[in-house]
This record gives sequence, structure tokens and C-alpha cells, in this order.
Amino acid sequence: MTLLEQFQLWLGGIWPDWAAYIVPGIVGILVVLGFVVISVIVFIWYERRLLGRFQIRLGPNRLGPEGIFQPLATALKILLKEDIVPAMGDKIIHWLAPVIVFVPVLMVFAVVPFGEKAILADLNVGIVYVVAISSVSAVGIYMAGWASNNKYALIAALRTVAQMVSYELPVVLAILGVVLMAGSMSMTQIVTAQTLPFIIFQPLGFVIFFLGTVAEMNRSPFDLLEADSEIVAGYHIEYSGMKFAMFYLGEYGHALAYACIISTLFLGGWQGPFLPPIIWLMIKVVAVFSVIVWMRATLPRLRVDQLMAFAWKGLLPMAIINLFIIAAEVLLLPEITPWIIVAMNFVFAGVLIVLWSKLFTLGGGRVEV
Amino acid sequence: MAIRTEPFILNMGPQHPSTHGVFRMKVTLDGEVVVDLEPVIGYLHRGIEKLGETRTYTQIIPLTDRLDYVASMTNNFAYVLAVEKLAGIKIPERAEYIRIIMAETMRISSHLMAVGFFLNDLGAMMTPVLYMWREREKLLDLYEMVCGQRLTYNYMRIGGVSHDLPEEFLPAMKKWVAEMPRFIDEYDQLLSQNEILLARTKGVCILPRDTAVSIAASGPVLRASGVKWDLRKADPYSIYDRFDFEVPVGTVGDNYDRYWVRMQEARQSVRILEQAIAQLPEGEVCAKVPKLLRPPVGEAYGHIEAPKGELGFYLVSDNSIAPYRFHIRPPTLINLTALKDMVIGWKVADLIITFGSIDVCLGEIDR
Amino acid sequence: MTTALNGEQLAEKIIKASPDAVVAVDKGAVVVKSESLYQVAEFLKNTPELDFDYLVNLTVVDYMDYFEVVYHLVSLKHNHSLVLKTRCRDREKPVVPSVVGLWRSADFQEREVYDLMGIVFDGHPNLKRLLLWEGFVGHPLRRDYL
Repeated sequence: MTLLEQFQLWLGGIWPDWAAYIVPGIVGILVVLGFVVISVIVFIWYERRLLGRFQIRLGPNRLGPEGIFQPLATALKILLKEDIVPAMGDKIIHWLAPVIVFVPVLMVFAVVPFGEKAILADLNVGIVYVVAISSVSAVGIYMAGWASNNKYALIAALRTVAQMVSYELPVVLAILGVVLMAGSMSMTQIVTAQTLPFIIFQPLGFVIFFLGTVAEMNRSPFDLLEADSEIVAGYHIEYSGMKFAMFYLGEYGHALAYACIISTLFLGGWQGPFLPPIIWLMIKVVAVFSVIVWMRATLPRLRVDQLMAFAWKGLLPMAIINLFIIAAEVLLLPEITPWIIVAMNFVFAGVLIVLWSKLFTLGGGRVEV
Repeated sequence: MAIRTEPFILNMGPQHPSTHGVFRMKVTLDGEVVVDLEPVIGYLHRGIEKLGETRTYTQIIPLTDRLDYVASMTNNFAYVLAVEKLAGIKIPERAEYIRIIMAETMRISSHLMAVGFFLNDLGAMMTPVLYMWREREKLLDLYEMVCGQRLTYNYMRIGGVSHDLPEEFLPAMKKWVAEMPRFIDEYDQLLSQNEILLARTKGVCILPRDTAVSIAASGPVLRASGVKWDLRKADPYSIYDRFDFEVPVGTVGDNYDRYWVRMQEARQSVRILEQAIAQLPEGEVCAKVPKLLRPPVGEAYGHIEAPKGELGFYLVSDNSIAPYRFHIRPPTLINLTALKDMVIGWKVADLIITFGSIDVCLGEIDR
Repeated sequence: MTTALNGEQLAEKIIKASPDAVVAVDKGAVVVKSESLYQVAEFLKNTPELDFDYLVNLTVVDYMDYFEVVYHLVSLKHNHSLVLKTRCRDREKPVVPSVVGLWRSADFQEREVYDLMGIVFDGHPNLKRLLLWEGFVGHPLRRDYL
């Protein structure tokens, strides 16, 4: 029974049923929302400082201790900016797009377990819910690109559709491996099933899932939607003020959400000795996020055809093979000591990655016109 | 069923983050593929050639600073060489060496910028640029020591250079030269074997040797296509025949070769610098030249191997204090002719990096 | 070292190939008639022992009586250079044959010269203003433009 349900049960003795159902729900939502918004702001600061370190400069360090209030100042500045809608753009869709990008990100947090009982809704199909909800953002990005009536934005919108559809597949297949091993789709049960973190059991699945999610949250080296050196800012080129802030928050919220999901699925979630569960989860989330920032700071961007080739020729076949290996292990060797499976999977992962790096090229070349 | 499609025209620039200034491209796209391209320039046209006709020979030197502002001392160098050729002026040894030191450090600085921004165009998010700038910053401090300026130096004079080197310059310079190879190794480690960089640049946007010669490409763009043509070797101006260095040459002429040639040239420049600093003689730094120079009637074409290619100055004198005709041969304008050839059939992203690999400077193109 | 070919010796070769093309000659440069410019250029580029495959620089000097178009040619193979010139006296509508067909580097340079000096290059595939905008009146690099 989650904390939320306990709260509802307790209130049910005092208040009428409908109030006892709605009020704790709203309180829970507000708590999670507050947590998300505050962590996103902290993460923005953290990324800027960390990028500064990677780039041998300081990063924002003036406002408050170590510049921690800089994101707040940025947010205030953005709030005061004029909201511009392109004259020939589709005004309703232009207005709707940031909402559609931002809301699913918040909805993902409903099933993120922050502790053993600290979860808003312990759905028995939790991970399916995550996959379903997070792919809605792609529609929002496409809407933004279309409604802006701008050619850069349109290119970005078309790239979005291609990228999201392609990377959804390996991500889902990698998740299936986790589900097979955990024997459940519920997020809390996936965590409790991890006596050892699944990253040790499924190194290849982790790599695939990690790269796939980095592509889904449009971070470098897969940030073709924004690609500031090519298509300037991509889909949000025509957005300003609060609407732009929604995209910005959405992007970091996405990163936070996926860092949470990666920690939950592969790194053992809130489990850990000594410290309280929420701290353990945050440590893992920050670690994952730091790796994402590190990639952003060092790697050049892929080209669009190479991006697609990487998904379809690289990640997808490997994800399928990975899924079959995991399935065979779960089916044929259910009682074996975990360390043998770990050793086997590391060997498989190594062999597959080496094989793929030899056999397959990112390809793409000149097109005759 | 075939869907009816049509190409669309994308207007890139003049305000675009990767056009290195105010450059505009009218790109016709078929999906992401570039079908046609028309460069539009002139947004920074200041009429320097016309201005030059109304200024004395010395007054033109600051104008040349404003051409390729990334490596402005080499512009001074090319111009004063042309004037000295026109007027037949002999310059002191020490001045020659100082000029070489300045020209080669400028080359390193310009190549660092070029490689950094090339990586930036590739999407490496400022990190390489800032690493390159770490070294360039030290160079700018050295230039400030010499002539008090960090961008537009106005250091060379007809007959030599404006000031002698300050005392603290040579030790600082020696330290920088000693450190530099290690930093270039560091850049190599960070970049040259990067899988994504290789995938993005190897075999991409090839400029064949014949086309490169026909469009009179020069500098790293020409050498990347496999033509061993470096004016420092082919037509040694100043005292380049006294130094021992190699001319790195690419093999196919793709974006990677252009990147690689620049990295190698930076290494060779360090070699030249080591020799020049070791051989630097004492003495005068400027020959006796009349304040109002009146070269004899005639014409001269002085050219040097600037970091971006062959920078030439064509001067016609009518024995007055100002040149009768003052023409600049900007290397990047002519290298830009190749852009369309290279990018047709490639994607938008390749267009951006190819433009970056030419290493243009709009101050020089538009003049 | 790039050797500058002697104009006088070269002029003899040019005269052999296309008689009465050369107008004037000195040590550094060969001046040819504008009508036979393309012919001479073709000869210079395609003769194996000359092999001028690299057009470094193309510019124009306005001498008030006439325009002098200057071509700086280099051979990468033999490492020698030549200055080829041609004159054109018509101030209203000066026409010179284009050499884009031989050296593509002339493309932008001829456009620039057309833009700033107003010399029409006959046969240029895309003769538009390069630096100034369409609709600009006059050609600012001419000596009489103030």
C-alpha cells in the first residue's frame, strides 16, 4: 500500500468519500510537481556549472552562492518577455504545442517510485504507461514545428517524427528485457526485483536503453531537432517568453524523468544501504544526468541519415538479440546463480558491440540530384 | 503511389549561427538534400579598395587589419611586402624574423579558430572552441605585449615593424612554443579519433584535385585535395627559404582532410617558430623609409601564404603618395567558389560543416 | 621560386599561335587584344610547356582612357607565372570575353569586377552584382565615380 493510499484511507474515516479520494490526490500531485519543478531548476544550474567545468570556464557563479539563483533570474527574465506568435502561423496549435510537450513530462513522474511506498500511482503496467505517455511529446514538437510556419521549424518537426519513431523501438525492446527478468511491469516491483542492479545483468540492454533515451530526449549527440548550428533552434525557433520556457522546462523535465526511469530500471532505483531511499534515487539520477551532460559537452552531432542508420541498423537488431538472450536465460536457467548469468551477458554484450562496430558503418553518402 | 513533392528554398543567413559572419546562402532543398546553392555576399562591404586609393601607403596598413580579422597581422605582412616590392625597399634582418614569428603565430591562431569552429558546426557545443581559445588567448596576450592591440594590430610598417620586441616577449614566446606541441596532441586526442567526427567528415563533400586547381583554391583547401602548393615553399617570400618545414598534403580532399591539414600545419608552424626564435638576430627593426612614400611608376603583385590561402595585393603606382589602384586578392572568396560543387547532393548538416571547413572570414570576402 | 616568364619571349610564342593578338609587350606582362583574349588564354592553358592551369588573380585598373584587365597566371606544374593583360577603350559599355570556361576561379572575380568596374564579361554564365545590391547605380571603383 502506497503512502498516498494510506493517506486516503486515513482521511476516509473523517471526510466524505469523494473528498477523501480527491484531496490526498491533489496534495500528492502538488508535492511531486513541486519536486519536479525545483529539481529541474537545480538541474539547469547544475548542467550550466558542469558544462562550464568541461569547457574550462566557470559558468554562472554570481547570483547567490555558487550562482544557484541564476535559473530563477533566467525564469523571471523569460516571464517578462513578449510573447510573439508568427503572423502567418497557426495560432491555436502554436499555443497548444508547448502544453502538449510539457504535460506528458510531468505525467511520467506519477509512476516514478521515490521510495518503497512513495509513489503516486503504483500501476501494474507502470513501464508501459511511461513509454506511452512520453511519446506524446513528439506530437507536441511536431505541432510546434508545423504551427510556426518557419522552414527551420518544419525541418525540425519532420526530423522529430523520424527520430522518435525510430528510437521508440529499441527502447521498448530493451525495457522488455528488464520486464522479463523482473517478472512484472510495475515500477515498484521492478525495483524490488533488483537484488543486484539490472545494469550488471543486462549491460547491453542498459547501453541500448541509455542511448535510445538520450535520443528521445533530444540531447547531444542526437539533438538534431534543435541543432543550433544547422537549423538554428529547430522547432522552438518561433517561440518566446513563457512558451519558450515551457519547452525549456519540458526538455530538462524530460531529462530528469528519463534519468529517474534509467535509475529505476537498471540502477536499482531507491535501493541502497544507510541513506534514505529518496537520497539514493537522487544520487543515481544525478550520476545519469552528469553522464548525459558529459556527452553533450564532448560529442559532435550525428547527421540525420546516420541517426536513422544507428537506430535501425545498430540498436534495433542488437536489442532484438539481447531480448532473445534474456528470454532464453530466464526460460532455461531459472535457478542458476546470478553471477554466471552476469558473466555470460557481459561476454555477449562485448562480442555484439565489437561485431557491430566492425560490420556496420553509419553510412550515408552523396545522393545524386 | 508516388507522393507529389517539390523542392523548397531555404534562406540561410545573414543572421545564422554558423555562417561565421554575415554570409547568406540561398539553398534549394529536396527534403534534407541540397539541390542548389547560391552564395550571397556583400553585407560587410566597406569599399576598402576604393578607400585605399585616397590614402597614403602607410595609412592603408590599418585598413588591411580589417580584412581577415582573425589573422590580421598576416594581412599587414602581405601588404607591406607588396609595397616593398613596388618601391624596392630592403628591410633589416631582425624585422624579417619578427615578421615570420608574427605570421606563423597568426597561422596557428587562425587554424585553432578554424578547427574549433569547424567542430562547433559539427555540433560539439563550444567545447573544442573554448579549448582552442585557451591557447589563442595566450597568443593575444603576447601580441598585446608587442603592439598594444589584441585584434587589429597595425604592427608592420613599410620597411619593417613599428616597435622592437619588448624584453619580456621572447621568454614568454619561448614558453608558449615549448608548450604548444603538447596542446596540439591534446586536441588530436580529443578530436582526431572521435568516431562521430570520422563518420561525419570522412569522404564527405569531396573537392577533387582538378576542380580545386581550376577554381584556384589555395591554402589548406587546395592542399587537402592533394596539391602540394604552398607559397612558402613554391615561391619563398621574405626569408622562408631559411627554415626547415614540411607541407602537409591531404589525400582525397574531404572535410576530414581539410581538418587534418590544418592540425598538421599548426605543428609545422611550431617548428618554424622554434627555428626563427633561435636564429633571431639583433639590430634595427625598421629601414629608413620616407614618411610619404612615392614609389616609382609601375605595378606589383605581392602574395603570401596566409592561413586561409593565398593573400595577394596588387598595387599600381603613379608616383604619387597614394596607390593608383589597390586590389586585394582575398583567398576565401575564391575558395568559396568550391562550396557549391562540394555540397550538391549532401545534406544540410554537411553544407554547414563544409562551409566551416573552408574557413571563411567575411571581413576578407566582402572587403 | 616561381619564375616570372619573360613577356617578350612569350609574346613570340603567342604570335606564332595567333598572329596579331599581341598589342604591347614588356618584361613583365603581355597585353593582348580583347577579341583574341580567349584564344590566347586557351593557348596558354593548353600548351604543355606553358600549362597555366591556375588563375590566381583577376582585376581591372581604370586608366581613364582605357580599362586594363589583368590576369595573374601560374602553372602549378612548372612553377612559373605570367601577367596577361587586355585593354578595352569603350567607357559606356566595355566588353571583354569571359574566361570562366577555362579557369573557374574567374567566376566570382569577374562578377566582382563587373560589379565595381562595370566591365561586361561576355560569356559569363551568371553575371550579376557580387558585393553591391541589385539596383545599385554606377560602378564605384571607377576613377570618375565620386
